[in-house]
Amino acid sequence: MLDKNGIAKRIAKEVKDGFYVNLGIGIPTLVANYVRDDIEVEFQSENGILGMGPFPFEGEEDADLINAGKQTITALPGASFFDSAMSFGMIRGQHVDLTILGAMEVAENGDIANWKIPGKMVKGMGGAMDLVASAENIIVAMMHTNREGESKLLKRCSLPLTGVGCVTKVVTNLAVLEVTDKGFKLLERAPGVSVEEIKNATEGTLLVEGDIPEMQLN
Amino acid sequence: MIKKTVNNVQEAMKGVHDGMTFMLGGFGLSGIPENAISELVRLNLKDLTCISNNAGVDDFGLGLLLHKKQINKMISSYVGENAEFERQMLSGELDVELTPQGTLAAKCQAAQQGFPAVYTPAGYGTEVAEGKETREFDGKMYVLEEAYKADFAFVKAWKGDEAGNLIFKGTARNFNPLMCGAATVTVVEVEELVKPGELDPNQVHIPGIFVQRIFQGKDYEKRIEQRTVRKKE
Repeated sequence: MLDKNGIAKRIAKEVKDGFYVNLGIGIPTLVANYVRDDIEVEFQSENGILGMGPFPFEGEEDADLINAGKQTITALPGASFFDSAMSFGMIRGQHVDLTILGAMEVAENGDIANWKIPGKMVKGMGGAMDLVASAENIIVAMMHTNREGESKLLKRCSLPLTGVGCVTKVVTNLAVLEVTDKGFKLLERAPGVSVEEIKNATEGTLLVEGDIPEMQLN
Repeated sequence: MIKKTVNNVQEAMKGVHDGMTFMLGGFGLSGIPENAISELVRLNLKDLTCISNNAGVDDFGLGLLLHKKQINKMISSYVGENAEFERQMLSGELDVELTPQGTLAAKCQAAQQGFPAVYTPAGYGTEVAEGKETREFDGKMYVLEEAYKADFAFVKAWKGDEAGNLIFKGTARNFNPLMCGAATVTVVEVEELVKPGELDPNQVHIPGIFVQRIFQGKDYEKRIEQRTVRKKE
């Protein structure tokens, strides 16, 4: 079973040379730490920067330089700043190659819910609805089950949707799954996790074809 | 040159009153019009509708107006940093319209540029699209989102000149340029107000035509919401 860093490490392998990548808040932010350093990748933050760098050294924080999670960041050589309309123009216009975001629920048809629990938690969708409505390559990073142990990979989402039929891949602490017309196709198992355990933790249709390899993290 | 300068925030606020709709720039606490917000708190205007990506934190930014119950309705994309906001919303005291961030930007820009509405794919098939016109283009579904209408836009820029030309800094730019000219009156506060000719016209982000009033801001706190650093190796 993987921890959050393990999930980020596995997703980093999906980041290819020449990609512009948008990382969501939470586990997705960690992905930047594990991208191979022999490829060229630029990170976009929807509040208005391309070429986002690591966190600043202490004393070098700038209130005018933050990421979508409101954390202080740095700008790498070759970075650019822009307004929010242009930023979402990049996203809506499908110029961003890969979007990685978290979710509360994903359905077997690719629906995603991650912005609201009615009557309980209403923080808003931020840029998530724009991202999932336009991006062609969307990977969800999340735990396979919630705190109560219930599956987050469902036949249908129970929470208000963020987007419909948009998720292409899900990476959890237990598995890598592809969203297909017939349901979640199991691609890889996390180290030490059996197909049986993944089945038990997946409420949506799980397609298991042949031998399922264990994830390679390095 | 058409001069847009006013002497201070009090002068810049001329004409504001209860029940108005305001646009306020900023993402989180970055690039918020601190001087304008302080003055709105002092004026104690009530029943306001505020269009702003976020709602500040409990003791800063728009959180100051929320704390005094000056806001009736808030139009934002994300409000997760403000406990008082969440309390007022869940109790029904505050009317909240949550809008996808890119749509919020587009609705400001549409108002600035004279489009009555724009089609966006964001929110299609979700509760955000309920009651709105939808249409198919090239096999994909879009939602029709109308331009905002606002009385005042409060904008923060880094540098500006007396003609109202503006330059923004870093990610403090965000929604600020899109709100210029998107309301009946656009009020801009700057960290540095300069004479005409001191800004390179090639570097200007927003031309002064979109600005009615500009003033030299003061006492900027520029608070950082999530100070995050790494260790020197």
